[in-house]
Amino acid sequence: MLLAIVTGTLLAPLYAGRISGTDPFLSTPMAQVDGRPVLADNPGLGVTPIGPAWETSWRGPYLLGADTLGRDVAARLLYGGRTSLLVATAATLLCLLFGAISGITAGFVGGITDTVISALIDLLWAFPVYLLAISLSIILVNEGLHLGPVTLEADSKLLPALILGLVYVPYVARPVRTEVQSLLGRDFVEAAFATGGTRLHILRRHILPSLWPTLLALAPIVAAMTLLTEAALSILGIGIQPPKASWGTLIADGQALIYSRPWVAIAPGLAVATTVLALNVLADRDG
Amino acid sequence: MGRLVRALAVVLGISVIVFLIFFATPGTDPAARLAGRGASPDTLEAIRHEYGLDRPLPVQYATLMRRLFWTRDLPSFVNRGQLVVPAVLRAAPVTLALATGAAAIWLTVGLGIGLVGALSRRAGALVTALGLLGVSIPVFWLGEIVNLITQDRLRPWFAWVPPLGLRDGGWADTALGYVLPCTTLAVLYAGIYGRVLRTSLGDAYRQDYIRTARAKGLGEARILLKHALRNALLPILALFGLDFGALIGGGTLLVELVFGLRGVGKLTYDALRNLDLAMVMACVLYASIFVVLANAAVDLLQTRLDPRRR
Repeated sequence: MLLAIVTGTLLAPLYAGRISGTDPFLSTPMAQVDGRPVLADNPGLGVTPIGPAWETSWRGPYLLGADTLGRDVAARLLYGGRTSLLVATAATLLCLLFGAISGITAGFVGGITDTVISALIDLLWAFPVYLLAISLSIILVNEGLHLGPVTLEADSKLLPALILGLVYVPYVARPVRTEVQSLLGRDFVEAAFATGGTRLHILRRHILPSLWPTLLALAPIVAAMTLLTEAALSILGIGIQPPKASWGTLIADGQALIYSRPWVAIAPGLAVATTVLALNVLADRDG
Repeated sequence: MGRLVRALAVVLGISVIVFLIFFATPGTDPAARLAGRGASPDTLEAIRHEYGLDRPLPVQYATLMRRLFWTRDLPSFVNRGQLVVPAVLRAAPVTLALATGAAAIWLTVGLGIGLVGALSRRAGALVTALGLLGVSIPVFWLGEIVNLITQDRLRPWFAWVPPLGLRDGGWADTALGYVLPCTTLAVLYAGIYGRVLRTSLGDAYRQDYIRTARAKGLGEARILLKHALRNALLPILALFGLDFGALIGGGTLLVELVFGLRGVGKLTYDALRNLDLAMVMACVLYASIFVVLANAAVDLLQTRLDPRRR
């Protein structure tokens, strides 16, 4: 399922280029299908094709209809999916990375370092996720991020990924820390210490390999959460910025058109729900 | 006592973080945002002075907190005539009603399907699937679909639903207007609660004390209600505290937006968009206080219900 969605979005240019012959980002109010205009002379109201065009042809343009700018919903869905999945994947990787680093540091070093990191993580945990994500996005989406050598432009796709990755760090750091602490008490780690292994060696050879299953099990859960939150942020206008499209921005576009062109919103929503469901099922089987 | 101190520390921490995000993110200048694009240095200077942005950060923070909690006369940054504390208090009932109504629905439905799922194996798989489905649906989108059906496509059947954003209707319309938003919100949680209850009931039934109760000759109904359910509800309680707190603390935002309700979520969102920093701080503090209160309440209840934690 997941594979099908990922493949589908990867093949997006093929669809837009070969099958439908429509550009998802180009406004084409004068486009015609079968001699009928895509948008009639009063754009936004009685226009063809407002809905799926599959009764005319499966392989023609506007499989899922057009939006009020005459853009192909199906093509935008695929391209939006690329963005959504890319952002969610990047966010998940970042989140696992940050979470693993802070969790391992807290669990392995212990003492005052552990206290400080754990307090920060607890604070982040108590923070309403949406509030934090929205606050960060509002500030960063307008100005971009300029932090020392790192500069991210305001409309970069990596910005939402970074924010989402950061927000969900506690979900990874907490279990990792617990896992590291329990590993430290296990016989094989104690044996390694007793035989004179250095801390770095033990960390590399004994702790890290045992953490992989935990991280792998967490990955789909984090991906599901980031995908949903990315959609939410984009709906609020502070995630992916136009002219780029993601499933979230498509759902947001669809809100204004929900009564006249429901497919603009229905399609991306189904896509998000299916993908997240697939991820959740995956997580469920692992866990 | 220790709990209270911890809770206060969390609220304080959250307020400091939000303050820092908005007032001290490297490379951003709150005055420039208030002034708009292309403001002259003089204008910027005047704005900095007017809003007290030229003072040291700790002083700014302290002033903000004092005017929020002590004198409660902090004006909005955008609309200088509006005080932020009354604005939050006006919006709070909407969010509270939304969250409470949704919680009532999802607890009833969730516990219901959880019980059914625990008692019959076939229903159990269905409950598991429902739980996953519920948490996979984007709530804003679900709201759009609900609107599409009830406001447009099947309007004759849903004539009792007041139009979106209706504000001066009678109390009956106001109450009816909450039915769909609450239900939409509840869909997210009902399935997962059913699922958690099913799992924890299953665990409870494998415990020794259930075997003891059976051996004593107690009836199945009594075993379920008195022994199994009592323990199985503990994880539900913990989950509920977190979820409910998060909802009141801004989690209802998307539902409020899609259904045109003007609660704290909408207030927070508007404040964030307009960079109304005073309003943002008020909303965030309101939210974090509720989140922390909800967590503390859960903690207390758990201690009371679970003898192991005393």
